[in-house]
Amino acid sequence: MKILLVDDSKTMRNIQKSVLSQLGYTELEEACDGQDALSKVKAFGPDLLLVDWNMPNMDGLSFVKAYRQDDKTTPIIMVTTEAEKSRVIEAIKAGVNNYVVKPFTPDLLSQRIQETLEKCAAA
Amino acid sequence: MDPALITPFIKSVQNVFATMLQMPVEVKDPQIKQATSTTYDVSAIIGMSGDCVGSVVLSFEEESALRIVALFTGIEVTVDSPDFADAVGELVNMISGGAKAMFEGRKASISTPSVVLGSSHVVSSQKDVPTIVLPCVSDCGRFAIEIAIQDQVESSGSGNQSAAASA
Repeated sequence: MKILLVDDSKTMRNIQKSVLSQLGYTELEEACDGQDALSKVKAFGPDLLLVDWNMPNMDGLSFVKAYRQDDKTTPIIMVTTEAEKSRVIEAIKAGVNNYVVKPFTPDLLSQRIQETLEKCAAA
Repeated sequence: MDPALITPFIKSVQNVFATMLQMPVEVKDPQIKQATSTTYDVSAIIGMSGDCVGSVVLSFEEESALRIVALFTGIEVTVDSPDFADAVGELVNMISGGAKAMFEGRKASISTPSVVLGSSHVVSSQKDVPTIVLPCVSDCGRFAIEIAIQDQVESSGSGNQSAAASA
């Protein structure tokens, strides 16, 4: 399973990588903002994306909207400090499948990843 | 400054440290920042806009910052490493994001953080915006959160606030 991590914080990407490798996912690619992610998705072909919201150049919401124009099905989990209900709704309307609010425990992130993949497999 | 804007930062810093570092933080009584204020070696600054306008600064002495970053990232980094600044920036990002989600009846946005590194610096806020300092104590050392926010919902409106670092 190929997973794309989109976050301007290397610290956060490293934390996510650590959780993912503990779950056995090692085919990972990183992007530092939405534009970087858009430039990588075609060549990498992710099966799952973890996307931050607040990033320079292109924020996560804009990236999701752009990505969903060509790919309606690959699951996306937003991993962000934006915790307000209105933001969650906005993200879901844009095409996000699940949502993790920072700060998060490794257990919570891994639970959300598992449930997202199970839901998408069942759909 | 409305206590309703301060309490969320107390809860948020405790939540961030408990969740990401598995470490409790004791937040001491809020203080109004004085002209002759404590100096710091590491500061992460984040801007806030929307219904609450201003800045939030997370500041440390170098030793505390190094210990906290090592715990947060799981690796020892030096102050001049880009990973160090990145980690400190992410801490202020999470603290501010968590706090603003607790602002009742107010919608605010946060900027991407900036990090200032320099021995014994002071971060100044706009002079007509009172700054509240939250002194924090943890097993990794002391640090502080400085909050300089104007409530646009209740005020008659004011110009942008900015934080300037002076060494």
